[in-house]
Amino acid sequence: MTAEAGPSSASTAMLEVARVWKSFDGLSVLRGLDLQVSRHEAVVLIGASGSGKSTLLRCINGLESVDAGSITLDGDLEVTDLDADLDRLRRRVGIVFQSYNLFPHMSVIDNVMLAPRKVLGVPREQARRQAAALLARFGLADKADEFPDRLSGGQSQRAAIVRALAMEPELMLFDEITSALDPLLVSEVLDAVRDLRAGGLTIVMATHEMQFARDVADRVCFLHEGVVLEQGPPEALFTAPRQQQTADFLARARRA
Amino acid sequence: MASLVGFVVVISLLVSRTPGWPAVQETFFNGEEFVATFPGLLEAFWLNVRIFLVAEPLILVLGLLVALARNLRAPVFLPIRVLATAYVDVFRGIPTILVIFLLGFGVPALRLQGVPNEAVFWGTMALVLSYGAYVAEVFRAGIDSVHPSQRMAARSLGLSAFQTDRHVVLPQAVRNVVPPLMNDFISLQKDTALVAVLGPIEVLRQAQIDASFNFNYTPYVGAALIFISLTIPMTRLADWLQARTARRRRAGSMA
Ligand SMILES: Nc1ncnc2c1ncn2[C@@H]1O[C@H](COP(=O)(O)OP(=O)(O)OP(=O)(O)O)[C@@H](O)[C@H]1O
Ligand SMILES: [Mg+2]
Repeated sequence: MTAEAGPSSASTAMLEVARVWKSFDGLSVLRGLDLQVSRHEAVVLIGASGSGKSTLLRCINGLESVDAGSITLDGDLEVTDLDADLDRLRRRVGIVFQSYNLFPHMSVIDNVMLAPRKVLGVPREQARRQAAALLARFGLADKADEFPDRLSGGQSQRAAIVRALAMEPELMLFDEITSALDPLLVSEVLDAVRDLRAGGLTIVMATHEMQFARDVADRVCFLHEGVVLEQGPPEALFTAPRQQQTADFLARARRA
Repeated sequence: MASLVGFVVVISLLVSRTPGWPAVQETFFNGEEFVATFPGLLEAFWLNVRIFLVAEPLILVLGLLVALARNLRAPVFLPIRVLATAYVDVFRGIPTILVIFLLGFGVPALRLQGVPNEAVFWGTMALVLSYGAYVAEVFRAGIDSVHPSQRMAARSLGLSAFQTDRHVVLPQAVRNVVPPLMNDFISLQKDTALVAVLGPIEVLRQAQIDASFNFNYTPYVGAALIFISLTIPMTRLADWLQARTARRRRAGSMA
């Protein structure tokens, strides 16, 4: 764990995933998976394609329901409770996808303002000011009034990050947010994540960028056959994996 | 452009040299007849325009409501869904002109109290019911054409299901179906002439009256010109909108 991990990292888990099972028509993807994330922690999920990284992230903000087990946020909001107010949950948990999923019929700033205005009831002018400030922080000030079709991949993904941030989430989920990008544009998006990480945002992210995982993660979790098979600080996990499957995966990733 | 003009000139020359041409010209393209009847046709066309202007918004509202009703998934809405589906099945299956006959002649024959008896009113309602079924299907296709990831993105931001439909899905659905909707508008514009069968003096009926007066068909050609002068620009607009929609849609998300 890095030195500036913050004082509250010792407190109870902000996110607690306990024995979660999830299958899609007979295909068992998560098999009793456990994961705890503390406040201000950056956790990176790695694992083979199909190992369930996206599924786990979607379960965490209630976009998928789980078959068994529980997911608890801040010890008070049970995501997996049938009566849970998922809209309320999603205000506190942001997610950014590989395919940016910007709303193509709105300008960039309208994309960013939509949820604060409609969900939180922020007045238009205030929402606009906040959105403009966030866009400026991520180098998109001059793109505020463009439509998404005028943005590069990197700009689109940064706009998608800003849109999620505008809800001021306590926890941010990133699902392979650089996989669809031209290699030249990857770094601008990763820099945005680094920036958020430095600001103390709690992050869970799935990625294939091993170097980046090494740089930014407090902890790396290797998903294999529906569980977190091995986890630890990036240096330890990358240089001296304890499990054979982890070593195999890392060797394959290095070759790719 | 030059080649196009040349082509038109050559065709015109060829046509005007054919032996039957003078008779054709006399019957269909009679200048005097045209000048005499065209103003009357334009005036009668105003009724077509009014039928169109009343019918179109009603069709859009009906079509959208029916499409939304057909997309309701919760079991409590089953009766509404069945009703909406039945409406679409029935009215898409009946020729528009038959609906016009049914309503335009049938309803006034009932002599109901408190119900309009005018042919134009029932002709317009018939167009609304008939086109509403088509437009409902167009809207439904539009809603289905919005990628599920858009819904997911909206929900992940905390928008409710209703807010997601209202602000994310429907605006895109409507934009995606503007070109097919324009095609339906164009056909509706032409089909306002079907109301002629009920007797009101709209442009086709007026042309028919003029034509039978002098046994000359130029008024029909005049009426055709009036329709074309509206449908051609509308078609171009539809093409342009389609191209723009396609561009926007390609860029919105990628995966
Ligand atoms: N909605 C769904 N319906 C059916 N099967 C699904 C669904 N979502 C995911 N799966 C399946 O679940 C498995 C895990 O998928 P998931 O997307 O979570 O993997 P991943 O670790 O994110 O992989 P990748 O690295 O390729 O993104 C895959 O076999 C996938 O086909
Ligand atoms: Mg994935």
